[in-house]
Amino acid sequence: MKGHLLSTEDLSRDDALVVLDTAERMARVAEASVRKLPTLRGRTVVNLFFEDSTRTRTSFEVAAKRLSADVINFSARGSSVSKGESLKDTAQTLEAMGADAVVCRHPASGAPHRLATWVRGSVVNAGDGTHEHPTQALLDAFTMRRRLGRVDGLAVTIVGDVLHSRVARSNVWLLTTLGASVTVVAPPTLLPLGVSSWPVEVSYDLDAVLPKSDVVMMLRVQRERMSAAFFPTEREYSRRYGLDVDRAATLPEHALVMHPGPMVRGMEIASAVADSARSTVVEQVANGVSVRMAVLYLLLGGSGEVS
Amino acid sequence: MASAAASDPASRRPGIARTVLSADDITRIVSRMAHQILEKTSGGASVVLLGVPTRGVPLAHRLAQRVHAVEGVDLPVGSLDPTMYRDDLRLRGVRPLEVTEIPDGGVDGRVVILVDDVLYSGRTVRAALDALAAYGRPRTVQLAVLVDRGHRELPIRADYVGKNMPTSRRESVAVRLREIDGADGVLIVSPEAGLTGAAADPGELP
Repeated sequence: MKGHLLSTEDLSRDDALVVLDTAERMARVAEASVRKLPTLRGRTVVNLFFEDSTRTRTSFEVAAKRLSADVINFSARGSSVSKGESLKDTAQTLEAMGADAVVCRHPASGAPHRLATWVRGSVVNAGDGTHEHPTQALLDAFTMRRRLGRVDGLAVTIVGDVLHSRVARSNVWLLTTLGASVTVVAPPTLLPLGVSSWPVEVSYDLDAVLPKSDVVMMLRVQRERMSAAFFPTEREYSRRYGLDVDRAATLPEHALVMHPGPMVRGMEIASAVADSARSTVVEQVANGVSVRMAVLYLLLGGSGEVS
Repeated sequence: MASAAASDPASRRPGIARTVLSADDITRIVSRMAHQILEKTSGGASVVLLGVPTRGVPLAHRLAQRVHAVEGVDLPVGSLDPTMYRDDLRLRGVRPLEVTEIPDGGVDGRVVILVDDVLYSGRTVRAALDALAAYGRPRTVQLAVLVDRGHRELPIRADYVGKNMPTSRRESVAVRLREIDGADGVLIVSPEAGLTGAAADPGELP
């Protein structure tokens, strides 16, 4: 892997497979009676979060701590950032503190890329605007591979607010790189303008796609990003694009239901579906720690030279 | 996963390779080591064999097969990857992780025999001892190696040695096993004249 993890779009198939294989080894660590490794002792990982995200930040924190790295949580609220400090000044501050890796979440697409040009350490994109969220896609692929044995050849359907979803973007690039065929399903207003140039099928009819899907990934309707009238009412959205019990019954026997969380039960996914045996929601959280351990190990575990 | 070729010093470094153990030699040595294990552990009582990847794992399986042939007991066999416990991780690029597979029954109160192909600096074994502690507390830990090439950097010794092989630090020892390399054999690779600099990093075999 190169020095940073900024997107899945430029992640090669080989690099992605190395992350997944390494994550598989990391998952075994959770089975040992002592779940802590000395691997990154003396390394410092900074969680630099300009957006609230308890689950992603905690996941990175747990991953870094299991590898014995020192973790510093730097959140924008209550820090010098709220006093008007620029991203560059923040970066230089972190640099001076000797951060070996910066895990960055930012509301602006591309912020981690800029950050990577300013700091000497590795930058991990933990979600930037509506652009990418690479570790989420990696943990989704990891979950599919653990449950279904492969990613190559799977039919994956991503449903919901694709327009605002960095999870969808990262998954589209990663899953197609790994050989899956991806279909996105959303109301036309919630698809990005350039979707025709993506390597995906586009559908507006969830019922037609479900029986052919090995995996269906439900996205949260991001109320905080709903600046315009993208659909008439939540009820109508839920009726046409929500995964209720009747719809879930049309899925093939082996099919998985995934959700990156946080879920809005009753909106994009029915409670009974979210808690069913085919739902991987809780597994995804556990797998997230393994995948983030793998990413941190691959970025910080060696001398820094590409081997 | 490291490919066999990448971790095989014979193919990585230019030099003159000479075979020091043939396939038949290895078979006889493994057989002798299996007998020694049975003798020293009173018939293999509560023994668990843990191979250190890559080549320690097939060796552990071979020892278990020989023990079964001689005494009819089935020893549990697993693998233990010490990579994340190494003290030299920062000295080179990221090492790929290998499989750790602790047999059902665990290691608590057992006689764990670590199995590796080459004993050199002792640092791999030290890391393996730390890795083992994460999985439990064995009653005893012993070490079995096919080749002891000397040059220890830590106070570690093997309980079962297939072959003591005095070497120069500039040489490297390549163990080849049919499960991984297609054929059995142990080679000593000497750097060619004028290429001595290439052996500045002798590197312990994984």
